Amino acid sequence: MTQLILYSVFNGLIVGAFYALMALGLSLILNLSGVINFAHGGFLAIGAYLAFTLMPVLGFWGALLLAPILTALIGVAVERVMIRPLYGRDPLYGLLLTFGLAYIIEDGTRFFWGAQSVPFQVPGWLTTPLSSQFFFLTGYRLFMILIVAIAVGGLFFVLAYTRLGMRIRAGTHDLDTVSTLGVNVGLLRNLNFGIGIYIAGLAGVLAAGLLGLSPTMGASLIMPSFVAIIVGGLGSLLGTLLGGLLIGLVSGLTAVFFPSATEAVIYVMMGLVLLVRPRGLLGEEGRIH
Amino acid sequence: MNKAQRRAFDIAVWALLLTMPFWMRAIGGYTELATRIVVMGLAAMSLNFLLGFTGVLSFGHAAYFGLGAYGTAMAIKYLEQGTLPGMAAGVIIATIAAAIIGALIVRRRGVYFAMVTIAFGQVFYFIAFRWNVVTGGDDGLTGWHRMPIDLGLANLDIFGNDKAFYYFALVIFAICVAIMAMLLNSPFGRTLLAIRENERRARFLGIPIERHIWLSFVISCFFVSVAGALYALLNNFTDPRALRFDLSGNFVIMAVLGGMRFFWGPLIGAAIFVALQDYISSHTENWMSAIGLVFVLVVLFFPRGVLGILRGRSAE
Repeated sequence: MTQLILYSVFNGLIVGAFYALMALGLSLILNLSGVINFAHGGFLAIGAYLAFTLMPVLGFWGALLLAPILTALIGVAVERVMIRPLYGRDPLYGLLLTFGLAYIIEDGTRFFWGAQSVPFQVPGWLTTPLSSQFFFLTGYRLFMILIVAIAVGGLFFVLAYTRLGMRIRAGTHDLDTVSTLGVNVGLLRNLNFGIGIYIAGLAGVLAAGLLGLSPTMGASLIMPSFVAIIVGGLGSLLGTLLGGLLIGLVSGLTAVFFPSATEAVIYVMMGLVLLVRPRGLLGEEGRIH
Repeated sequence: MNKAQRRAFDIAVWALLLTMPFWMRAIGGYTELATRIVVMGLAAMSLNFLLGFTGVLSFGHAAYFGLGAYGTAMAIKYLEQGTLPGMAAGVIIATIAAAIIGALIVRRRGVYFAMVTIAFGQVFYFIAFRWNVVTGGDDGLTGWHRMPIDLGLANLDIFGNDKAFYYFALVIFAICVAIMAMLLNSPFGRTLLAIRENERRARFLGIPIERHIWLSFVISCFFVSVAGALYALLNNFTDPRALRFDLSGNFVIMAVLGGMRFFWGPLIGAAIFVALQDYISSHTENWMSAIGLVFVLVVLFFPRGVLGILRGRSAE
């Protein structure tokens, strides 16, 4: 039993890490541009499939390095062409456009790579269990946690210490002032969108190694990511990270005791958070709207 | 549009709706498609009560649509109720759910309101998906069908006769639409418009904003669940897709496509969208891309919708 619970906790945290990666990208874009990127799951799938295509040529490491970057470039182009005209308009339109985009991306991956899910080979030495007692501790899972930690650490470093990060944080609070101070806001939003999509692409490659590839792989992650943002608190990236891990953990534990509620439990949790602490775990006071 | 023009437009809409089953076949449709247009039109108009006339962005209306559908189907299947009591059961369940969830989210605005409504909708999706024994799970709820309605003097055979069901749906549609029009023209409806136009100012005038938005949300969900009940009856079937968020998205695009600042806009949007969906899905496997493209093109090039464009022209 203890082993089972440990397994579920571990598994929950892994799933939570995916939620968190998705949610961090979504949050970045939402905070600076006011757009909920419904196509975020689609970009995750693009990252995964690009890695799948690149792997025979570049190997696993090359794919892990290059696929997220290519995904980010696609994201930057999409922002430039389709999403930029929507800034300053009713948030409804951004939501609808990315909603349609999610359809197109899902159908596109199905068109190019086939509707069947395909396996994704990771290096053999990563997939063997490290301990016979704790069979779930494969090298790949630990490796995944390491990559997620590096990515999240890198993101927070960029936001805290680089000029770009400072501008993004400032823009989140008051974009008009940032613009008046001579920052190219269009470019800033463009780069910020790219960073968000890069994280989604990276999550896609990692997810591919763990779960295999299918055109709908991103769509199932988008809703929990919304929950992660709301539970963690709007406007707080640290909250989003915590929220993602927390709902992953809760749904992992629920899988042990009440399997049929595995998916529904996180929405119940969101309801409780909205009831007891509407601004979320680490959300700033006064930012609930 | 002046008053006479508006009246002429109303009459034209009703004339088309009343005669639709008779010319639908001539333009390549079928009676069931006509009924689907009316049902989806009602759903989109209900959503627009909140979206277009209160200015609150809900992206989770499929949840209440689906609850209406499941409630109706389950009442007919398990409680062996007739068509009308079954519908009542579905609508009551959905409205109670909307009242509770509405109270939790009423302080949110804009994108955040949308995000919370989508997420909450998923609860019902997963319940329907997972609770196989009762809901039939992913395969949907089968083994029941709509019952003929006994009117005392005559028996209305809405089960055997497609056209009879169309007119049954149209009568329900007409009642719902008339009530919505009445509400929008009442002081309550004007207050909702005031909230849409300038929430802060409305608040300073002493209007209890949260209570109005909550009421508008519940009213809107009430009518959308009526549409959901009709949808289950139309198909003699319901499945978790009636609850899923992509249907919510379809409702929103219908409203925008037709023109969400206009009373009849969502109906026109629904007619175009449903017909297009029917046509595309029977002609290409890549219907998802085509529908997605509709979303993108509408947002980028026709954000004011069909009626918005028409009115823009006539004003010039």
